[in-house]
Amino acid sequence: MKIDVKKTAKLANLALTPSEEETLESQLNGILSYVEKIDSLDVSEIIPTSQVTGLENVTFNDSFSDESLTQEQALSGSTNTHNGMFKVKAVIES
Amino acid sequence: MIDVTSLTITDILEGYRTKKFSVSEVVSSYIERIEKYDSTLNSFITVAKNEALAKASEMDSQIDTISTHSLFGIPLALKDMFMTKGMRTTAASNVLRDYVPPVDAEVVKRYKNAGAIILGKLNHDAWAHGSSGENSDFGVTLNPWNKEYVPGGSSSGSGVSVAAGLTPVASGTDTGGSIRQPASFTNTVGLKPTYGRVSRSGIIAMASSLDSIGHFTKTVSDSAQVLQVTAGKDSMDATLTPKDVPNYLENLRKGMKGMKIGVPKEFVEKGLQPEVKTVFENAVKDFEELGAEIVEVSLPHTEYGIAIYYIIQTAEVSSNLARYDGIRYGNDRNTFGQEAKRRIMLGTYVLSAGYYDAYYKKAMQVRTLVKQDFEKAFEKVDALVTPVSPTLPWKLGEKVNDPLSMYLADALTVTVNMAGIPGLSVPAGFSNGLPVGIQILGPHFSEAKLFQIGQAFEDKTNYWKETPSL
Repeated sequence: MKIDVKKTAKLANLALTPSEEETLESQLNGILSYVEKIDSLDVSEIIPTSQVTGLENVTFNDSFSDESLTQEQALSGSTNTHNGMFKVKAVIES
Repeated sequence: MIDVTSLTITDILEGYRTKKFSVSEVVSSYIERIEKYDSTLNSFITVAKNEALAKASEMDSQIDTISTHSLFGIPLALKDMFMTKGMRTTAASNVLRDYVPPVDAEVVKRYKNAGAIILGKLNHDAWAHGSSGENSDFGVTLNPWNKEYVPGGSSSGSGVSVAAGLTPVASGTDTGGSIRQPASFTNTVGLKPTYGRVSRSGIIAMASSLDSIGHFTKTVSDSAQVLQVTAGKDSMDATLTPKDVPNYLENLRKGMKGMKIGVPKEFVEKGLQPEVKTVFENAVKDFEELGAEIVEVSLPHTEYGIAIYYIIQTAEVSSNLARYDGIRYGNDRNTFGQEAKRRIMLGTYVLSAGYYDAYYKKAMQVRTLVKQDFEKAFEKVDALVTPVSPTLPWKLGEKVNDPLSMYLADALTVTVNMAGIPGLSVPAGFSNGLPVGIQILGPHFSEAKLFQIGQAFEDKTNYWKETPSL
């Protein structure tokens, strides 16, 4: 299968330059043709593994502390804040 | 100043108890070595000189609490994936170049509560993506054994700083070999604990179903002592086991007499560089002389390890790195380096509509087969021993333009993460002046046994005592 670099970059929210697109297309197609070696295995009856140590339905403990970040701490990583909130670009045009 | 080059945790604690030296003397001696040698090696991104010296002097005034703090006054450096409250945490990426976290990672809290002193933050491949240390946005880290060679990765600075005697302990993360391989390339002891043994809370996520939190030390017993501090439940990480943490030091020196140790034929039959093969075969002889019975075992799906790793891992990477939007913290997505972009793209593709079943789901099914291979092997043997890397460290620059050849360097480490089992990398000798390590692998939560085996091998061979001439 060949990767559609432009479409994938859009999904990944990455702005790639034309030269990056070119390099990635050839490198990723090379890697994909390598990983397709798993096609030689019949795994139709095999259950996928996503949790290796067998834990199931782990729920959060009901007793929790009130410890959380202050508003100031939560905003401390951003350079773009306004009135104690993160400032973001408009999502819906007026 | 005192010579701290080869000091272990055990040596340092003993020195404090007998008043041979003070915490301040130890910490300032390490800082002095960092200032002297690290401008060349580049293993640190941030050196917390003033904070460390202030903490050391505070500890000196509390020396009577040494018996209740298992890492009392022990200098320690953290891979820069571990969040540190008030201390810059970069993930070795331009995205987080100026990021200062408001909290400590759970493991960092445990280190501090046990009395450890943070010397600073260590360099690594950005976002822990890499096998050579060359992907850092903060410059390449050099192998102290030969500065023209890579130190391994992704925890490059962790291996180098311990090998060069710049710290006795360094933390690391292992998603596909990122602790074991640099440990092997630098003659240090590297532990990748069982998935779910050590909290991931507050550590920058790479691939969440694979990430394992461990450390580098000079010796096996130091490694056991550190795991005793980091292991155990944390309500902030739901993947942690409810199992109790055993005493890792109790059986440490009981040897490996009578144990059955498996050598997986798929790891040694082909693809091993002759120099690595020779060192490995000598190590297996040592195991036999120590009374272990060596058994050949088969892990037939090993050859699919890299293929499924580069599907599952990149899928999870693309998901975890999606949060870096430059709004709440960090710089925008244009500041990702080439390797991160490559993995985000690959991961996004294998998860995208129409390809999920062919790649991600299928890889997770093959993962089951890889896991079952190990389970079957552990029905017959107590543990496995294998080389860590199929080759010696390679020259800087040799693989940077060929990502697939770089990825294949992880062939002997990634299946361990797929199965979630623990692995201990220990020094096994040298070839052409470059270190070679072996990894001891066991069933889930068998760390105590891995330490026991590693300790017996270390006591017989003592390779850890070799130090690089800087």
